[in-house]
Amino acid sequence: MSLTAPSDPAPPPRPASEPAPETGPSVGGSDDDAPPRPPFAQDWRRIARMGAIGAVGQIFISLSNMPVKLDGRAIIEGVLSLGYLSLVVLPLAAGSRVGHQLRREGVPFHRPGAHEVVGGAACGALVGGGLSLLAILIANFNLREPLVNWSPILADLLAFNRGTAFAVVIWFAIGAAVGAAAGLLRVVPPLARRVLWTMVLTLFGAAVLESLTTDLAEGMGIEALIDWFYAPRGGLTITGAIALAAGSGVLALVGRGRIKGAKARIDALEGPARNRAQGGLILATAAVLVILPMFAGKLTNELLANVGLFVLLALGLNIVVGLAGILDLGYVAFFAVGSYSAAVLTAATSPRINPELPWFVALIGVVILTGLVGLFIGAPVIRMRGDYLAIVTLGFGEIIRLLFLSDWLSGWFGGSQGITNIPGAEIFGLAEVAGTDPRSVFYLVLAFCAIAIYVSWRLERSRIGRAWMAVREDETVAEAMGINTVNVKLLAFVVGAVLGSFSGAIFSAKVGSVFPASFLILVSIVILVVVIFGGMGNIVGVIAGSAVLIGVLGGPKQPGLLAEFSEFKLLIYGALLVWMMLARPEGLIPSVRRTRELHQEELAQDAWLRGQTEDGHVEHGEDRA
Amino acid sequence: MNVPGPEPILETRDLSVDFGGLKALDGLDLAVYPGEIVSVIGPNGAGKTTLFNAITATVATSEGDICFEGESLIGLDPNRVTSRGIARTFQNVRLFANMTVLENVMVSQHCRTRQSVFGALLYTKAFRNEEAEIAERGKEVLSFFGHRLTGYRFDQPAYTLSYANRRRLEIARAMATQPNLILLDEPVAGMNPTESAELTGLIGRLRDEWGFAIVVIEHDMEVVREVSDRVVVLDHGVKIAEGDYADVSTDPQVIEAYLGHGAAS
Repeated sequence: MSLTAPSDPAPPPRPASEPAPETGPSVGGSDDDAPPRPPFAQDWRRIARMGAIGAVGQIFISLSNMPVKLDGRAIIEGVLSLGYLSLVVLPLAAGSRVGHQLRREGVPFHRPGAHEVVGGAACGALVGGGLSLLAILIANFNLREPLVNWSPILADLLAFNRGTAFAVVIWFAIGAAVGAAAGLLRVVPPLARRVLWTMVLTLFGAAVLESLTTDLAEGMGIEALIDWFYAPRGGLTITGAIALAAGSGVLALVGRGRIKGAKARIDALEGPARNRAQGGLILATAAVLVILPMFAGKLTNELLANVGLFVLLALGLNIVVGLAGILDLGYVAFFAVGSYSAAVLTAATSPRINPELPWFVALIGVVILTGLVGLFIGAPVIRMRGDYLAIVTLGFGEIIRLLFLSDWLSGWFGGSQGITNIPGAEIFGLAEVAGTDPRSVFYLVLAFCAIAIYVSWRLERSRIGRAWMAVREDETVAEAMGINTVNVKLLAFVVGAVLGSFSGAIFSAKVGSVFPASFLILVSIVILVVVIFGGMGNIVGVIAGSAVLIGVLGGPKQPGLLAEFSEFKLLIYGALLVWMMLARPEGLIPSVRRTRELHQEELAQDAWLRGQTEDGHVEHGEDRA
Repeated sequence: MNVPGPEPILETRDLSVDFGGLKALDGLDLAVYPGEIVSVIGPNGAGKTTLFNAITATVATSEGDICFEGESLIGLDPNRVTSRGIARTFQNVRLFANMTVLENVMVSQHCRTRQSVFGALLYTKAFRNEEAEIAERGKEVLSFFGHRLTGYRFDQPAYTLSYANRRRLEIARAMATQPNLILLDEPVAGMNPTESAELTGLIGRLRDEWGFAIVVIEHDMEVVREVSDRVVVLDHGVKIAEGDYADVSTDPQVIEAYLGHGAAS
C-alpha cells in the first residue's frame, strides 16, 4: 500500500518525459515561477472551435427572435436593451472561457497576462462574426419560408439601422471588444474583478427588478427617487446607472469579506447561541415577508403569491425527490387533485356534489382525499425503482388530468368546462381571500409555506427522515437494516401529495376556477426544474429556485418580472438546467448531503488528507484509492 | 462439538436456492445454537453468501425451511427478518456513505422505534425521548470499537472513514438493530494482519459481552481457527464437512474441494 499524498508541501518535479502542453513551451512549477506567455502564442484551434460554437449560438439566438422581442425592454435607457444584451452574453462567455487554463496536476502552464486578452478578443470576434454572417445572409437571401424570424426587423436591429456593411463591421468589433473585456477580467486582480462583477450584477438586477422596486416605492411614497433612477419608458437612466454602479462598487470594496465573515461567525457559534442567531435570521426574514406586501401594489403581490404557490409545490416535491429520492415526474397530479377537491367542496357550481363548505373545513377533506389519491397512486408505483418509477409517475400525472377532462367524469368535474365561480377562502370570518386581493392570497400562501417548511425541517431530523435518506442511498441495504422501504416511500409520497394539495386548494380559491388545462405535464416539469435548479434536498435552495425561476422568468402560465421572456421561458429553463448540470450539479444553494454525494471522491480525499496531517502517520490506507 | 443449548437459535432444514437451474444451495441442514460462533467456509461459488441472502430473505428459497427462535422465516420481507432479530453485514461494504457515522447506527434502529410523523411534527416528549435513546444506544455500539468511531467521528459522513473503519461501522450498524444473531460476511477481507487480529478478538467479545450468536463467512483460516466454535464447509451448495477447526482442516473432502482432486493423497 504505497500512498502519495497529493498535497505534499513540495510537489515532486514533473518528469521530463511528460508530454508538453498543447502549445505552451513551458512546464511550470507554481503560480509564481510560471513563465509569462507571449500574447500571440494562442491555441488557435481551441479559439476557432469555441468561436464557431459561439457563432452558431448567436445565429440561433437571433433566429429565435429573442433580440427583437426583448429589444423593447431597456436595461439602461438608450444604451443597452435586453435584446442586445442577449447578443453579447455569448461573446462574453466565450472570451472568458477560452482563457480557461487546463491545470495539469494543479500546476498552471503560465502566468495570466496579455495572452488572455488577445485570446478573448479573437474568440469574441469570431462569435460576433456569426452575426456579421447572418447580416450578410439576410441581406442577400430570403429564407423567410422556413425561418419565420428571418426578417428585415432583425436585419435592422443587427445593423443599428445603418446598412449591412455597418452590421458586418460592428459585430466583429463588438464581439472582439466584449471578448477582450472578458479576457481582461481574467487578468485583473481578484478584488477588481469582484467589484466589476458586483457593479454589473447590480445594474442587471436593478433593471430586472424595475417593476418590483417602482411598485414598492409607490407604496412607500418615494416615487421621486425612483423617477430619478428609472426612465419613464423603462430601464435605468444613465445618471441612475452611474450612481448605482458607483454605489455598488464602493459597497463591494468596503463590504469585502464582511458577509463571509458574518456567516463564518454564525457557523462558528455552537449550541443555543447558534440557534438564537438562526432564529433571529428566520424572524427577520419572516418580518420582511409580512411587511413587504403592505407597501406593494397588486401586480407585485400577484407575483409574490405565484412564487409562493410554486414554493409550496416545490417543497412538497422536495420531500419526495430530494429526501426520499423518488423521481416523481407526475407531481402535478396532486396539485390537480387538491384544486379539484377544493373546488368541489366549496363551489356552489360544482356539477354533482356541492356541499359549499367553508374553505378551511373543505381543506380537511382536501387533505384526506389527496392523501388517499397519494396512497392509491403510490401503492403500485412505489414497488418500482429508478427509471421505471419515473416513467410510471409521468403516466399517472397525465391519467389524473385526463380523468378530469374525460366525458365519463364530466358529470362530476365539468370536463373541459371545469368548475367556475369558486368562492374565495374565508379565514374564520376575518378575511376573504380571493384572486381580486392578491395581498391576502400571498399571506395565506405564506402561512402554508411556513407549515411546509416546518414539516420538511422536522421530518428530515426524525427517524422517518433518516429512513428516507437510507432508502435514497441504498434501498437493498435499507431493507436489510430493518426499514420497511415500501411504507417509508409511500409515506414520502403521501406527505408530498398533501403539501401539493395545499397549493392546489389555494390556487382554486385564488383563480376562482379550475380547468384540466391548468394541470399540464409542463407544471410537473417546471416544479422539478425549480427543485433541481435551487438545490435538491435544501429548503432554502428550493425557495431560492422558485424565486429566481418563477419570480423572474415566470411559471408555466404566470408571468414573471421579465414578462418579455414568456415566449422564451422554456428555452431559457432548458439552457439554465444544462448549464447548472455542467457547472454546479448540486444546485444554486445545495444541501450539504447532495454536495457530498456529487463530489464524494474529492471530499473524501480532502478528509483523508486532513486525517493524515492530524494523526501524523499513515493510518492503514484506502487501499482501493 | 460445542453445543451450549438444547434449542438451536437458527435452523435450516433441507434448504435449497435455485438460480434458474443452478442450485446455489442444495438441501442444506444447519443449526446455530445461542451463544455460538459458527464459521462457514468454502471455495468461491460454494453458496456461502447465498446462504446469508436466503436467511435474510434477500433471495427466495426454493425448498426447505429456515427457523429462527422456533418460528419460520419463509415468506417474510427482509425488514421483518431484521426486526425478528437477525442482522448482517455485507461482503462489499455497503454503508449509507453520505450519512454520518452516528446516523448510520441510528437509522438501523428503525425497526425498534415507533414514533410516527405526528410525533415528529408535534415534537412530543415521547419523540424526543426516543431520539435521545437511539442516539445513546448508537454511541454505545460505536464505542465498542474503541475511540475509532467516537468523538468527532460521530458527525462525519461515513465515506470519510478508512477502509477498516468502514468495516467496523458495518458491524456497529448490524449491532444497533438489536439482534440475537449476527451474520458477518467476510469481516476481515481487505484488512492487514494487525487489523484482522484485532477484529478477531472483537468477534469473540461480541459473543461474550453482547451475547450474540454469530455466523461468520471467512476466507482467512487464521481468523476461522481463532473464532470458531464450529466450522461448516460448503461446496457447490452442499455441506461437505462440519466440526471443529482441527477436524475440518484435515478432512480429505475439504482439502479436495479447496485444492482439487488428488491433492488430499
